[in-house]
Amino acid sequence: MSGAAAPVRRRRRFAAFGGLLAALVAALLRADASARTAFVLNDARGARFPLPDLVVPVAGTVRILAALILALAVLLAVRGAGRRDAAVVGVMGGLAVVALLTWAGAGTSISVVSLLRGTLFAAVPIAFGALAGVLCERSGVINIAIEGQFLAGAFTAAVAASILGSAWWGLLGGIAAGALVGLMLAGLTIRFAADQIVSGVVLIVFATGVTSFLTSQLLAGTPSWNAPVRFQAFALPGLSDVPLLGPIVFDQTVLVYLMLLAVAGVQFGLFRTRWGLRLRSVGEHPAAADTVGIPVLRTRYRAVMLGGVLAGVGGSWFTLEAASQFSKEMTGGRGFIALAAMLVGRYSPVGALGAGLLFGFADALATALQRLPVPIPSSLLRATPYVITIVVVAGLVGRLRVPAADGKPYVKA
Amino acid sequence: MSTDAPPSPAPVREGPAQRLRAAVLGASARLTGLAVAAALGIGAVVLALSAEETREALDDGLGPALVAGASAVGRAYSALLQGSVGSLGALSETLVAATVLILTGLAVAVPLRAGLFNIGGEGQVIAGGLVGGAVGFAVTGLPLPVHLPLAIVAAGLGGAAVGWLPGFLKARTGAHEVISTIMLNNTLTFVLIWILTLPLVQVEGRSDPISRQVLDSARLPRLLEGLRVDAGIILAVLVAVWVLWFLDRSTTGLELSAVGANPAAATAAGMDPARTTVTAMTVAGALAGLAGGALIVGLQGRITPGFSAGLGFDGITVALLGRGTVVGTVLSGLLLGALKAGGRAMQARSGTALDLVVVIQALIIVFIAAPGVVRALFRVRADVGEGARISQGWGS
Repeated sequence: MSGAAAPVRRRRRFAAFGGLLAALVAALLRADASARTAFVLNDARGARFPLPDLVVPVAGTVRILAALILALAVLLAVRGAGRRDAAVVGVMGGLAVVALLTWAGAGTSISVVSLLRGTLFAAVPIAFGALAGVLCERSGVINIAIEGQFLAGAFTAAVAASILGSAWWGLLGGIAAGALVGLMLAGLTIRFAADQIVSGVVLIVFATGVTSFLTSQLLAGTPSWNAPVRFQAFALPGLSDVPLLGPIVFDQTVLVYLMLLAVAGVQFGLFRTRWGLRLRSVGEHPAAADTVGIPVLRTRYRAVMLGGVLAGVGGSWFTLEAASQFSKEMTGGRGFIALAAMLVGRYSPVGALGAGLLFGFADALATALQRLPVPIPSSLLRATPYVITIVVVAGLVGRLRVPAADGKPYVKA
Repeated sequence: MSTDAPPSPAPVREGPAQRLRAAVLGASARLTGLAVAAALGIGAVVLALSAEETREALDDGLGPALVAGASAVGRAYSALLQGSVGSLGALSETLVAATVLILTGLAVAVPLRAGLFNIGGEGQVIAGGLVGGAVGFAVTGLPLPVHLPLAIVAAGLGGAAVGWLPGFLKARTGAHEVISTIMLNNTLTFVLIWILTLPLVQVEGRSDPISRQVLDSARLPRLLEGLRVDAGIILAVLVAVWVLWFLDRSTTGLELSAVGANPAAATAAGMDPARTTVTAMTVAGALAGLAGGALIVGLQGRITPGFSAGLGFDGITVALLGRGTVVGTVLSGLLLGALKAGGRAMQARSGTALDLVVVIQALIIVFIAAPGVVRALFRVRADVGEGARISQGWGS
C-alpha cells in the first residue's frame, strides 16, 4: 500500500468483495418460487397509525438485490465513486443483509420495528464505550481498558441498584466504578508514564479478577445483593406515535435517550467549545499546548476520568437494562467492539454512534435470525458481530489519522 | 521505542548462565520480587475484607475483625503455599499449570520483540487444541512415536494459521492486531462450540458440545506414576530453548528485534517490516497452538467448550512478568503455575475463590508495567529504566 496506486488497489479490493457478495447472495439464498416474506412495519404491541405490511416474493427480490450488488461492484471496478468508495461498500453490504432477511423470512414475517429497536438498544454500550475512547484518545491517552470499565460499571451498578433499591442509584454506582477505573488508568499512564496499551490490558485483567472474585465471594452467598431494580422503557408522549420511527426511537429505555444526548453533547463540546479545543490540542501537540499555558497533565486526567464516567454508563447497561443480574465476564468482549467502533468512527462522537449502530445491528440481526427457521447454527450467528468487526476494521478503516500524541506520555522538557 | 531493554549494558558475548544470573539477580529481579510481594500483600487485604468471618466478627468490634481477617488470610495463603510446592503432588500440579503458561507466555514474548502485542493467545490455543485433538482422535492405526508428534505438529500449525491472519491483516491493511486478535478469540470461542457439535467430532450419544477421546497413541505420556505431570513440560522447555535460539541467533529473529526497535532503520537496512509482522504473529500462533495441543493431548484428553478460558491473558501476564525475555518467561511461567496450582488448593481447602489469583496476577503486572508505583510503595530507588515502552500505538 504505497504511492498513487493505493486508492486504485483499495477500489479493486472493494469491487472484488462486491462481486463475491453478489455471487454469494445469488448462489446461497435460494427459495422456492412461490414463497413470500412479510416485513412488518408496526410495533407488535399495537400502533395508533398502523402501516400495511410489506410483502415481497423471495426469489425475485433476492435476484434483483444480487443484480444491484453486482452493478455497484462493476461501477467500483470501472470508475469508482471517488471519496464515496467506502459508502458504496456499505450500500452493497446493506443490500446483502436485506437479501438475507428476505430469504430467512420465507413463508413467515419479520418485524422491522423490533429489529431496529434492538439495534438501538444493543448500540448503547458500544456507543458509550466508543465515546469514552474518543475522549481519552483525543487527549492523547490510549484507552484499551473499556472492557474493564464495563465490567466494573456493570458489577457496581447491579450491587448499588440491588441494595439501594433504585436503578438511578445503580447508574450512579456504575458511573463511579467506571470513573475509578479511569482514574487508575490515568494514574498509571500519566503519573507513572507506564505503557498505555499494557496498562489498559492490565486493568481489564484486574477488573475481571476483582468482579469475578467478589461475585463468588460475596454475591453467591447473598442473592439479594445481585437482584438490581432495572430501568423500564418509557414512551415519549406524542413522538412515540409517529409511524415506524416512533416505536423504534421514542419508545426506548433511559440509557438509549442518554446515549443520544451524550453523543450530541460530546460532539458539540469537542468541536465547538474552548474545553474541546484545549483537549484536542493536548492530544495533538502537548508541548505547544503547554507553551500557551494549557495544563497538559490535568487536562488529560480530566478527559480520562470523563471517559471513565461514560464507559461506566455503558457498563450499567449490562445489569440495569440487558440482563437481570451480574454474572462473571458478562461483557463478552463488547469493550473491544467499542474500541473498534471508535476507530471505525474515526475518533468522532457521531462516527462512534454510527459504528455503534452498525455493531448493534449485527447483534440484533443475529438475535432475529436465531428465531427464524434458518439452517445456520446459532453458535455461528453469535460470532457474527466479531467477524463483522474484523472485516470492517481490516477492510474499511485502513490507515487512520490518529491524534499525533496518542499513546505518548508527556514529560515536561 | 519498544521491547525489553536489558537491565544492564550487555557484554558482547554472554552465555545462558550469565543471562540466567542477570535475570535472577539483576536489578530488575529486585523490582520483580517487590512487585510479587506487593501484589500478594494487596491480595491479602482484599481477601481479609471480603472473608465472611471478618464481616461476622465486625459485629464484635474492630479488633476481633482484624484477628478474623488475619486468620482467613493465613489459612488461605498457607493452603496456597502447600498446594504449589508443599508436596510432590503439589509440585506436579505446578508443572502441569506451568506447561501451558510457558508456551502461551512465549506466544506473547516473541511478537513483543517486533513491537506487536498478541492478545489472541486464547483463539490460537483453541485452534491448536482443536486441530491437534482432531488428529488425535480421527487418525487411527499409528504407533505412539508417529501419532503423538503428528498431533503436536498439527496443533502448532492450527495455532499458526490463527496467528497468521492478524499479522497478515496488519501488514496489508493496517488493522491493529489488538482488535483483530481479540475479535478472533471471540469468534473462535463460538466456532469451537459449533465444531464440537458436528457428527464427526462429537461423542456419539451426547447432545452437548464435547469431542471424542484422543486415542492413547496420541496422548502425552505421564512422567511419574500416579501424578498428573506429563511430557508436556519437557515439550515446553524444548520449545523455549528453540525460541531462545530463534530470537537471539537466527537471522529472522534478529530482524524481528531490529524491526521492533526501529522500523525505519530496519527498512533502510533492507528488511521488510510487513513480512516480519506476519512472521512474528505466525510463530506466536504456533507457540500458543502448541499450548492448546499439549493441553488436549495431555491433561484433558478431549476438547470441551471453554477449555482455553483465560489462557491468552495468562500468557500476557507471564511474558510481562518475564520482561519479554525467554528465560524470564520460563521462570515466570513456573511462578504463576505455582500460583495457579496453589490457588486451586486454596479454593478447595479454605473456600477462597480462585479468582483471587487473577487479582494477584493483575496487580503483579501493574507493578511491573509501572515501576514507579512500586518505588512509591516501598520508597526504594530502582535503577531500572522507567516504564519501558513495550507496545506501539495505533498508527501503522
